[in-house]
Amino acid sequence: MPENHSARRSEQSFAGGRHTLARLLSEYGILLAFLVLVVVLSFASEYFLRADNIINILRQTSINALLAIGMTFVILTGGIDLSVGSVLAFGGIVAASLASEAFGGGVVHPLVALAAGLGGGVLLGAINGLFIAKWRMPAFVVTLGMLSMGRGFTFIYSDGMPVPRIDERFLVIGQGTFLGIPFPVLILAFVFLVSWVILYKTRYGRYVYAVGGNEKSAQVSGVNTRWIIFSVYAISGFCAALAGIILTARTTAGLPQAGQAYELDAIAAVVIGGTSLSGGRGTLTGTLIGALLIGVIGNGLDLLGVSSYYQQVIKGAIIIVAVLLDSFRKRD
Amino acid sequence: MEIRDLTKRFPGVLALDAVNLCLERGSVHAICGENGAGKSTLMNLLMGIDSRDRGEILIDGRPVQFVNPKQALAAGISIIEQELNPVPEMTVAENMFLGRESTRFGLWVDARAAQEKARQILASLGIELNPRLKMKELSLAQIQLVEIGKALSYDSEILIMDEPTSAIAEKDADRLLDLVKSLRDQGKGILYVSHRMNEIFRVADTITVFRDGRCVSTQLASETNRPEVVSLMIGRKLEDEYTKNNRIQPEVALSVRGLSRGDDFHDISLEVHAGEIYGIFGLMGSGRSEFFDALFGVEPADEGEICLFGDRCEHRRPKDAMANGMALVTEDRKKSGLVLSSSVRDNVALPNLRQLSCGPLILEGREKDAVQRITDRFRLKTPSLRQIVSRLSGGNQQKVVLAKWLLRSPRILLLDEPTRGIDIGAKGEIYSFMSEYANEGHAILLISSELPEIIAMSDRILVFSNGRAVGECSQAEARQEELLRLASLSVHEGEVLHA
Repeated sequence: MPENHSARRSEQSFAGGRHTLARLLSEYGILLAFLVLVVVLSFASEYFLRADNIINILRQTSINALLAIGMTFVILTGGIDLSVGSVLAFGGIVAASLASEAFGGGVVHPLVALAAGLGGGVLLGAINGLFIAKWRMPAFVVTLGMLSMGRGFTFIYSDGMPVPRIDERFLVIGQGTFLGIPFPVLILAFVFLVSWVILYKTRYGRYVYAVGGNEKSAQVSGVNTRWIIFSVYAISGFCAALAGIILTARTTAGLPQAGQAYELDAIAAVVIGGTSLSGGRGTLTGTLIGALLIGVIGNGLDLLGVSSYYQQVIKGAIIIVAVLLDSFRKRD
Repeated sequence: MEIRDLTKRFPGVLALDAVNLCLERGSVHAICGENGAGKSTLMNLLMGIDSRDRGEILIDGRPVQFVNPKQALAAGISIIEQELNPVPEMTVAENMFLGRESTRFGLWVDARAAQEKARQILASLGIELNPRLKMKELSLAQIQLVEIGKALSYDSEILIMDEPTSAIAEKDADRLLDLVKSLRDQGKGILYVSHRMNEIFRVADTITVFRDGRCVSTQLASETNRPEVVSLMIGRKLEDEYTKNNRIQPEVALSVRGLSRGDDFHDISLEVHAGEIYGIFGLMGSGRSEFFDALFGVEPADEGEICLFGDRCEHRRPKDAMANGMALVTEDRKKSGLVLSSSVRDNVALPNLRQLSCGPLILEGREKDAVQRITDRFRLKTPSLRQIVSRLSGGNQQKVVLAKWLLRSPRILLLDEPTRGIDIGAKGEIYSFMSEYANEGHAILLISSELPEIIAMSDRILVFSNGRAVGECSQAEARQEELLRLASLSVHEGEVLHA
């Protein structure tokens, strides 16, 4: 776990008994909730802990987790990115179109299609970043605009039609496995590791936290705050496009309506993971746990035959409880 | 009111250790102590904001236990906090009766009644203020008075005032002290928290000194004196508040020619030598901090030139100034000096990360050593380098700001109010650091509104008024009245005193 956790842990040893419990709950409450849920579900359904189900959960979670990782960067700076669902669709459709014989132009090498899809996502993210960092517009407004525009670009580009008959080599991204582990899960693991190194081992990561914690102080300390703010939206765009490409490869077609309302689950994962919406505080590990929690709830309730209507209620309740725990933590 | 054996423990510190205190009606009881001595904790316990671990609070002989400020208010204790929290868009009257508006038929707010009541309360304090003004239109001193009016409107018998003069000018402070005396004469019990010795000796009947969460002495004000209280506060004898033995060198470290920016400041020129401490005095809004911002590239100047050690420099952003060996300790450490939600290590390392990394990666071992070394030099009191800085006391937070900039060994150090809101012990340490650092051949520019401080520490003093430099004098010539007079000059009266 990243840096400030260990600091908190060492403080806990000073605290009295009642306090320790309260602190433990607010600090590790989500991890605890996650573990309890896993134990309960493993008793409730014999199928839950089977390897293929676990792999299934991980594969389903990978899309949301990727969006949530990009979102963590953005939220750590005190921003928000509502456009990830649309950027996901845009990145996916651009990549799909280049990898499909059905879409004019002919088939390029899958790596080129991949790069183009990612480039499209970074471009839309960078446009967000430009308005927010350079012209100081509220992230909520800019990315809300991009939520609509990105979807519009996607429909215009694909003429509202799905892009079928995609190159087999491209589909490997979503369907291949290595030692029994699906590629999407491996990609997620890789992106998580790289992001973790960026956030906790590099200057850039420190600057992200500093900008979110106090932009003015960061600026006076010589940090190019506009560049940091700009870049986190580009990172979020990259993650969203990558998620879109994986989704396209898994479903074997580029769908212009893919990813609608996905931003909600991504933000939920970040918030459940304990990242403060006002910026400067939070962890990447928390985000991953948040995404897994959402995935496990969905999967577990499906196994138990609970209707998806109830699932929505439960997910919403968890978000609120998570933020409640966070406010306890702040009060300490 | 009586307090017995009150104890509160926070993670890592015993904030209050078996404190006993007695406040009588019709008296002013001053509480003094350095930051972190436990004064704020005491008030939080009194107001029911925090819960105590042990001990009793008695009012008129009856034990009480408040779980929130509302109960404390109902029992007749109200507080005027150090950090004022007005709602800027609401009127004076609305602020005073926030949360207990009188209503007509229990439906809509009776604004006129509230205004009338506010006017009466303010008038009883001898304040003429239109209760329909919005809070954002008032001066800090007026806001402070409204807060006092608000506290009185609860008909409290016990008033707690936490550093009530920290944000206001001397003249207004006098008025406030008179007010405290008249409230005392009306039979109220007043707990007056401050570390300004002048005030304490003017109003207090009894003085209690706190140190490290303990109550180290309670004496009648008439039976003690200033040096004794100060030495009790810091736990040792204070030789001399100020240390200054720097030697000015012939080399010019910083020369500024005709620096101007918009309406903020105009045509500022100065020369500072290596080894010199150069003071800049001016009232709030005189353009002094804006001038520092321009020197450091936070908001670049429109016109004029800056030369460092003879080389002309263009500071478009802080990074440029940093590369040229400048450092800026800003006026408000919470707003622009620190990232409060981050650790001591992250804060100190922030402007130094480039030196502490290899490519994009931070060399954590080197970072830890560097941060440890510099924080040791400032004798920073923190349980660990991973401590979140918002939990440190004011003096220690200021040391973190100094440490983060001094790690860069700047040739020119800009200090904007470096001792504001910190305790005497830490002040002394900062003064001796300044002297020592200048003596190593560095130049220091010091902004301060505390006249004794700026006169004691500066070799020369430049006075700002309305964005212009209206006078300069040497330390020997500097007189408080003269500096104040210059600082309050209007633009055209400007004149130059030569050293």
